Parts: sequence; structure tokens; C-alpha cells
Amino acid sequence: MQITLKLFATFRNGRFKVAEQELAEGTDVRQVVLSLGLTEEEIGIVMLNGRHGELDSKLSHGDTLSLFPLVGGG
Amino acid sequence: MDKIFRVNMTDLTTKIEEVPAAWAGLGGRGLTSTIVAAEVPPTCHALSPENKLVFAPGLLTGTAAANSGRLSAGAKSPLTGGIKESNAGGTAAQMLAKLGIKAIIIEGAPKTGAWYNLAVSANGVTINEEKELLGLGNFAVIDAVEARLGKKTGVLTIGPAGELKMTAANISVKDPDSKIRSHGRGGLGAVMGSKQIKFISIDGEGAKPVTIADPEKFKTAARAFSKALLDHPVSGEGLPTYGTNVLVNILNEAGGLPTKNFTVGQFEGHDKISGETMHDTIVARGGKPKHGCHAGCIIQCSQVYHDKEGKYVTSGFEYETIWGLGADCCIDNLDDIARADNLMDDIGIDSIETAVMFGVAMEAGILKWGDSKEMLRLLTDEIAKGTALGRVLGGGAASVGRTYGVTRVPVVKNQGIPAYDPRSVKGIGITYATSTMGADHTSGYTIATNILNVGGYVDPLKKDGQVELSRNLQIATAAVDSTGMCIFVAFPALDIPECLPALIDMINARFGIALTGDDVNNLGKYILKTEREFNQKAGLTNVHDRLPDFFKTEPVAPHNAVWDFTDEEIDEFWNF
Repeated sequence: MQITLKLFATFRNGRFKVAEQELAEGTDVRQVVLSLGLTEEEIGIVMLNGRHGELDSKLSHGDTLSLFPLVGGG
Repeated sequence: MDKIFRVNMTDLTTKIEEVPAAWAGLGGRGLTSTIVAAEVPPTCHALSPENKLVFAPGLLTGTAAANSGRLSAGAKSPLTGGIKESNAGGTAAQMLAKLGIKAIIIEGAPKTGAWYNLAVSANGVTINEEKELLGLGNFAVIDAVEARLGKKTGVLTIGPAGELKMTAANISVKDPDSKIRSHGRGGLGAVMGSKQIKFISIDGEGAKPVTIADPEKFKTAARAFSKALLDHPVSGEGLPTYGTNVLVNILNEAGGLPTKNFTVGQFEGHDKISGETMHDTIVARGGKPKHGCHAGCIIQCSQVYHDKEGKYVTSGFEYETIWGLGADCCIDNLDDIARADNLMDDIGIDSIETAVMFGVAMEAGILKWGDSKEMLRLLTDEIAKGTALGRVLGGGAASVGRTYGVTRVPVVKNQGIPAYDPRSVKGIGITYATSTMGADHTSGYTIATNILNVGGYVDPLKKDGQVELSRNLQIATAAVDSTGMCIFVAFPALDIPECLPALIDMINARFGIALTGDDVNNLGKYILKTEREFNQKAGLTNVHDRLPDFFKTEPVAPHNAVWDFTDEEIDEFWNF
């Protein structure tokens, strides 16, 4: 299956902004995080198709996954 | 002992008063709102002599506590018709605190057309007639006051917008680089203009360190507090690197980035105006990605933005401004947005109200969507010059909506709704509806928990838990706004258990008292209730605690969310 993976803030350093990724069926968010060389602790916000997701969330073909470190403003 | 400096602009006299016992434990917002509620008739015209303009540093301002240098300004707002407190960084708060000035109360208004400046020093306030600087922008005023009185002089000033009593006018505060921070919201610049005061200078001569009842205890608490600020990923790393503008991409992903005057929740050009792009642009052009709005700030969320030639354009370039002129106006040119930010500082007009206003103005057809050049022209040729059109625009979003017959006008209590769509981030909608300040994200920043996973998580698209979340945050914020602390201390305070006790310990050590967490919570409740009582007497009741109808009837993409709280559910907010 194919997903769109978007990275933000410091996660872009040495990586990319957005990429299409070919993944095995049944892959979850945690596996994608680890494949990027990131740790679970570094993940601030997971968004799956514009809604908050979990590290355990299973991915489906056509999903957009966005990963952010813990950041804020206001 | 600290004093109250009182200035009467009707008979041009000044007094130094003892601090009444009831005010002794208050600072910042708690003090300005108490004084306004006690001394201003709620039904008065906000630009009449009956209104009073109050400045107060926070309880910890002037101490070595990190991030404690905020100044509160309060009055009845000419924009909302209710009570207003707006706080800002800059150098003034710490100077006032070290001069032992608990508050400055400015009342009355001159009987003639003459304009004045106020000179504040350890000895009191003198009122001087001012001719030379009338009509000038804020940057020129600061330069001229420094030339006249010395580089270290503190300055509070209004630009042309304040002189013309526009309801979006702000009060500018000189920052450590002689640039500008703003008491932005609610038209306080117009109140200063109605008192015919162009600027207030502060002479720091004779300033002393503020007294600390228990210095050892203070030092220990201050250290624990600073550590919490630096340890938390938001205040310790995210804000210093990207500033508040990191939110553009997050809100865009979450579908809560109001776009094209609140008709969609995502903006095609988001990446061009994002915090990530801004950071890279600043670094490439030799600007400063980190910068503090006051001495002692260790978060450093501000920045200095340069143009392509490497010359200063603006600083304190915030998410809400960039969102408003960017996504909400469909402008993806960050350089033009930065120029507009600088112009708004110079003219002395609130960059949130004005950004929301331009979205409404585009809907009204005054200028085309995305036309940043015309936006810049309207700022310089119409608003700054006070033409008839400029005065309509300078009145803010509601003023333009009313004048041009626009029905999609994102305001609550006449104040423009900032940067987070209340349909897709429902907690902030409760804050916009119920805040005593009119639509104000800072008064109960549910984005932390709805979007950023700080202080837990409450699903932004569901109604559950939002009223309680907003209530708890509004109570806590009212208390924090009384300490002189930057509101961003809330990020570590929500997540790190040592942070809030350290803040309370600092207050206790400073004054030799023994406040508990409950006392601080009660202070927050007292402030909200005091402000609400003023608003009710001024005619703002629960029927004004509502969002505009279009949020109920127009679903916003991508989640097709609508505002679906009943009136009764919103009114539950005040059940405390």
C-alpha cells in the first residue's frame, strides 16, 4: 500500500518535507516512526488524515500521516 | 512600600497614593481589572473622561524570576464595550516595578485640544504639553524620546491610529532593542488618545531591586522554575527555534487554519508562510531566529526578520498576524506580511484585529483576495492618514462588516476571532464565546490540549470536555496574568509537576506569604467574576457569549464541522 508521509519542524532536518511511501499491509505508525530513525519519545503529535492518531494506529492505502515533535505557540 | 501614581488629565494634576489594603496582594491583570471595576462607571463611553487607563506590572515583575517582565494595561474597551486587560513585554514593566510603582491610573481628559506627554520617575509624574511628536509613527516617537531623554528611557506610545481614536488602536511598548511590543487588543490606544497623551516616558533613575522577603527560598524556587521552562520541549526548544508561527502547518494539517475569511480550514499556500520556512528565511538573511521581548526571558519565541538585502523589517512576528494576513486573506508572500507587520507597529494598530479586518474587507470587495500590495497601500495611505475609508478599516472587523453589509464577520463582542477555527477546534470556541475580553485565544488557550497534546488531550472535533477545559484554563490564565509572567509558562506548567509550585513559591518568597494552589485558583476565579460583573453592568450578558451564526450554518472543510453547542451548554461555563 502507499501512504503520504509529511514531516514537520526538526523532523525535516536531514530528511524531507513530504514523501510517498510504499509500506507492507498492516504497518502501524510506530513502525514508520522507527524507520525514520526517530524514537517514540520524540513524537509530539501524530495526525492521520487530519485527525489525531496514535503510535498504534494501523495505516491504510491512501492515508496521509503527519508527524510533529512536541511544539506549540499562541 | 509600593505606591499608586494617579494622573488627572482634566485638571492636569498628579498624586502619589498609598496602596489600599485590598489591592496589596494584586498585580498585573488582577490589579488593573480590580481598579477598572472599582472606579470606572461600566456604562460610560469608553472614550469619555469617565474611563480610566491603568498600567500595572505583575506580582513578580522586577525580580529575577524568568519571564516575569509583562505589563498589564486595563480600561473599558472602546471595541468590546466591556472590561479589557492586555499585557505586553518590553522594558516598561520592570522599570515601573523597580521604581516601586504598583500601578499608574490615568483619569479624566483635557478640556482643550492640547496634547501631552507624561514623564514618570521615582518622584512622581509630570504632565508636559507635547507638540513636536504629534502625528508621528511609533518608531519615530521612540527614537525622538531617546534623543530627548536618553537611550535607557522607557516608552509607552500611541501612533496615528491611537491619536485618531480608532477602535483597533494599540499601545506600543519599547522593547530592549528600541523596537516595539504591543498592548494589542481591544483599542486601548484609542483610550490613551482620548486622554490626549501621545507618549509616556519612564526614567529609571533611582530604580532599586524589588525587595524579596525570603531571598534563599526565592532563589531555590526561581531555579526550579527556570529548569521547568528549559526542560519542556515547547518552551525549551520549539518556541525558540520556530517562534509561534510553527502553528501554521499544525493547524493546517488539523483543518483548523481559518482561510479566506473563515470559509475553509486549510490554506494552499501554507508552506510559504510556515514557521519552518520563516526560520530558514531568517537564518539565510542573517536575522535572528531567537529573541526575547523583555530582559530575563529564557524562552525567546520572538525573532528579527530581515528583507532580501539583510535589512531589518520586523520583530515579534507572530503566528496570529501571519495567519490573519496570510491564510485568512489568501496571501502567501511572507515578505509582504512582514512589511505589513512593521507598518501596523508603526501606525499603532492591533495586528490581530487588523488581519481579521482585512479578511472581511476582501469579502466586502474593498480589495481582492491575496492582494498584498493593495493591503500595504491601505495601511499607509488610508489607515495611517485617517481618511474616511481608513477610519472604517481602523475600526476593525466588525466596523468593516457593518459598513459594507457583510454577514460573515468573525467577531465576538465586536473583537476579531483569531487564528483557530472554533468549528474544528471546539474548546477555543468556548473561550472565544465566554471570555470577558471578547474573542481572545490567550485567555484560555485550549489549543494546548485540543491540538498540541500539552496537558493531556481533548478531541478538538467533539463537544465533550471543552467547557471544563476552557474554564480551567481561563481561571489559571487570569491568575498567571497577574504575576507578570509570559503566558507560555503554561506549557511547562501543564506538564511538569514542579513548575506551578515553583511559581507559587516565588510569589510567597517575594512577599513573605503562604499562598496555596487553591488560593491561586481562587484568585483566577475572583478576577473572572470581577470582570464579568463589570461586563454585565455595561450591558454585556450571556446573550453576548455567543459565536456568530455562520459558524452554526456553514460547515468548514476538511472535516465539515459546524459549531454545535447550545446556548445552555455555553452558559455552563460560568457555573463555578
